[in-house]
Amino acid sequence: MHFAYLGHGQFNLMKLFKALFSVAVTLLLIWALQTKFGEAPPIGAFLNPATGFWQNAESKNISSDSLQLDGLQGRVTIRYDEHRIPHIFAQNDHDLYYAQGYITARDRLWQMDIQTRSAAGRLAEIAGPKALNIDRYHRRMGMTYGAENTLKGMMKDPVTKVVIEAYTDGVNHYIRHLSKRDYPIEFKLLDYAPEQWKPINCAYLLKLMSETLAGGSDQFAMTNNLKRFGAKDVNDLFPDYPFHEDPIIPVGTKWDFKPLPVPKPSSDFIAQMTDNIKPKERVPGIGSNNWVIAGSKSASGYPILANDPHLNLTFPSIWYQLQMSSPTVNVYGVSLPGAPCIVIGYNQKISWGVTNVDADILDWYQVRFKDNSKNEYWYNNQWNKVKKRIEAIHIRGQKPLYDTVIYTHHGPVVYSNVSQKPKERENIPIGDALRWVAHDESDEFMTFYLLNRGKNYDDYRKALTYYTAPAQNFIFASNDKDIAITPNGKIPLKFKDQGKFIMDGSAPANDWHGWIPYDQNPTVKNPARGFVSSANQSSTDQTYPYYINWRFELYDRGKRINDRLKVMQNATVDSMQLMQMDNYSMRAQDVLPALMKYLDPSKLGKRQLEALQIIKKWDKHYDASSEGASIFNAWWLKFYGMTWDDEFADKKMLLNYPSFDRTEKLLLTESNSKWFDDINTPAKETCTDIVIRSFTAAVNELLRKYGQPGQKWQWGNIKDSHINHLAGLPGFGTGHFSAGGTAAVINALKGGNGPSWRMVVQMGPQVKGYGIFPGGESGNPGSYFYEDLFNTWKDGKLNELLFLGAENEKSERIKSTLILNKTK
Amino acid sequence: MTTFLTDQTKKINMLFLVIIILSFVSAYFLPWWVVAIVAFFAAFFIGKTSGQSFWSGFGAVFIVWTLLALFKSIPNDNMLAKRVAQLFQLPNWIWILLITALIGGLVSGMSALSGVLVKKAFKN
Repeated sequence: MHFAYLGHGQFNLMKLFKALFSVAVTLLLIWALQTKFGEAPPIGAFLNPATGFWQNAESKNISSDSLQLDGLQGRVTIRYDEHRIPHIFAQNDHDLYYAQGYITARDRLWQMDIQTRSAAGRLAEIAGPKALNIDRYHRRMGMTYGAENTLKGMMKDPVTKVVIEAYTDGVNHYIRHLSKRDYPIEFKLLDYAPEQWKPINCAYLLKLMSETLAGGSDQFAMTNNLKRFGAKDVNDLFPDYPFHEDPIIPVGTKWDFKPLPVPKPSSDFIAQMTDNIKPKERVPGIGSNNWVIAGSKSASGYPILANDPHLNLTFPSIWYQLQMSSPTVNVYGVSLPGAPCIVIGYNQKISWGVTNVDADILDWYQVRFKDNSKNEYWYNNQWNKVKKRIEAIHIRGQKPLYDTVIYTHHGPVVYSNVSQKPKERENIPIGDALRWVAHDESDEFMTFYLLNRGKNYDDYRKALTYYTAPAQNFIFASNDKDIAITPNGKIPLKFKDQGKFIMDGSAPANDWHGWIPYDQNPTVKNPARGFVSSANQSSTDQTYPYYINWRFELYDRGKRINDRLKVMQNATVDSMQLMQMDNYSMRAQDVLPALMKYLDPSKLGKRQLEALQIIKKWDKHYDASSEGASIFNAWWLKFYGMTWDDEFADKKMLLNYPSFDRTEKLLLTESNSKWFDDINTPAKETCTDIVIRSFTAAVNELLRKYGQPGQKWQWGNIKDSHINHLAGLPGFGTGHFSAGGTAAVINALKGGNGPSWRMVVQMGPQVKGYGIFPGGESGNPGSYFYEDLFNTWKDGKLNELLFLGAENEKSERIKSTLILNKTK
Repeated sequence: MTTFLTDQTKKINMLFLVIIILSFVSAYFLPWWVVAIVAFFAAFFIGKTSGQSFWSGFGAVFIVWTLLALFKSIPNDNMLAKRVAQLFQLPNWIWILLITALIGGLVSGMSALSGVLVKKAFKN
């Protein structure tokens, strides 16, 4: 009995143990599947078909729908065309921007979230410590500070306030009603949830653009150059005006204004430039094109406008395309996901576009602190108090980091000591304060709001006065047959070369001295030559009374555009489209004859001679199938490297290389220059030596990497064109594709950089737009509209854009309708 | 012998069917791990042996998840599944489907097993 009882108990215990063990294993399994390990998403949460990624797989057929949205004042009709491009018809402006926010969030929520997070220095919250350096950089360079100031500017104006708030409400309505299964796939992969949208996020997007287009700096490297080579060589190698140039405002244009007095150089600047004491390659070609031909050059008699802004291409597409209509506006174009209004586009009266102005709106100032507490700094012959701003950076899986940033009256001291500076920020000086126009209060959306409604040249000019940064070449055409271009933005009033080097922050003479008045920014209207254009080159010739920058983008694309437009007659949309795909190399035209002249065939091996035959037959186009382009490209880069590496490649000190333009001048006019000598060899090299050596080395490199000349040598194969997903996720981008173009030709597609939107607008009684961007309207990798426009873009074609005159206009291209009703 | 087999099959079918139906329904409005609770209680109340419970649970959710995934994926031409397969460096999207189904099956199977074992530990 006793034993039996015991036996029974043991038997039960054994069963209990088995049961508990099984339960424990099950719970552990579920926990493991619900938890994020390292880079991998929580596997159960991600894969299960009820709420995981399978839910993001969309069908091709999206039917019409009707929704009730609280916050709307009236009814909004959104008509979707065959590419899922929305055409919004609202009964008032509030609802128009509300709907824009709502549908942009529907298509691009994750992109909006990650881009504003990145700008705000809040990536570590979701990505953990590996994002800490980038977050700290964004915080310390004052992205948050700048966005807060811009927000003030936007909210002061009652018009932009309504626009921003309505847009924000629209986004938030979408987020509030979003169930977990409908989260964009990236939220599921990275395991976090969307948060409320805030008006400041719209400002963050502007800061991000400023960072991309006007956030770089070579002043630290230039200051090092000055220490290494002295003022004479630096002035010679880094001139204030390029050798080859064809400026945006045609040479000889008269300045019909009385300029403000130009500030006097500070005494230390003069000392720096006359002192006898001996005290990274910039990637050229990132920029954009735009041009307009006057009616005199077009077949229709009305102007034609073209624009293709170049950016680092990513999926989801950088731009969001749409038509926006209310009783005050009817406009078509592209917007930034997360920001209201159309940035580049047209209505039935005007069209406009932008390219970047290389204005120097970012300067560094040396700061002298009183002591290590860094509470006071020397300025204007006295000690001044610094401001300290504490940045709380939240880090996934760790305690938050509290980072104190010192602000002088110039701006933030980005890195106060060596330990704060990560390796990838080689170009940022330590202990220096940053003055950046993107820190200032501004209201850029007003510019776009007004352009969207613009009717004529005067409206265009007025809109530009609201614009701060990043400075853009605003190009314009109207149905009144006016054409114009204006390098525009808030541009500091400076003495010549102010900010070419790091400045002494204690001298008031080194501060910015106000601004160039908006009506004195360079501009030209209806020039005699019958066209205006820009490709990031110098804004003006040397007669312009103000200093904008000492260097601009190379002239190559601008020159080619102007050469072609000069001879163009009876142009049509097709002529513009072909020009946007032009691969002709101005550099090859400028330097290839000289390179050939110095290349003595008797000194070449058999392989080199074969390559020489190819390049001799080359038509100077960077076409995908061209082998000559590959040889020339490698040759020029070797020539450039062999000319400057011996002096400028320095592991210990960051130096700025002379430009391609200066190198061209050296080759074409200074073949006896001392810079050709390789200082690491006892022999004295000449231009001829460098030309031959670089050609031999280039051909050898091609042979080593790609074997015998043939298909593998083709430019489309060698040039790695690709578009990555914004988070670099494999399988979510395009992978490598073969395409023509390169950095310094009109079709500036190289690596992951290139035309992010190509647009051509034919003005006339019925304005007609054509456009394409790489990718698609949807940001969802599981949508048919994620990259449905990619192939059209890759082939250099444009889609005719559907501009609906009225809400109920019939069109076979409309595939579905979404009605948004206000809640009853 | 024959009676015994038919009896067993019936019980497998019963448990299997209950889990299939409940996990199908719950998938539309409850978190994914609810299948574990479903399988656990189904086996607790009508599970018989360990093997029967595990395989009923496994098979039911394996099938349910495969169907649910295909329901979304086929109209999508499996485009997204292909991208995700590339992301995880798998040669083919079928692998993603298989892993999805296996995970669901395993969770459900283990839960059903736990359910029947707990029942056995408390009864008797």
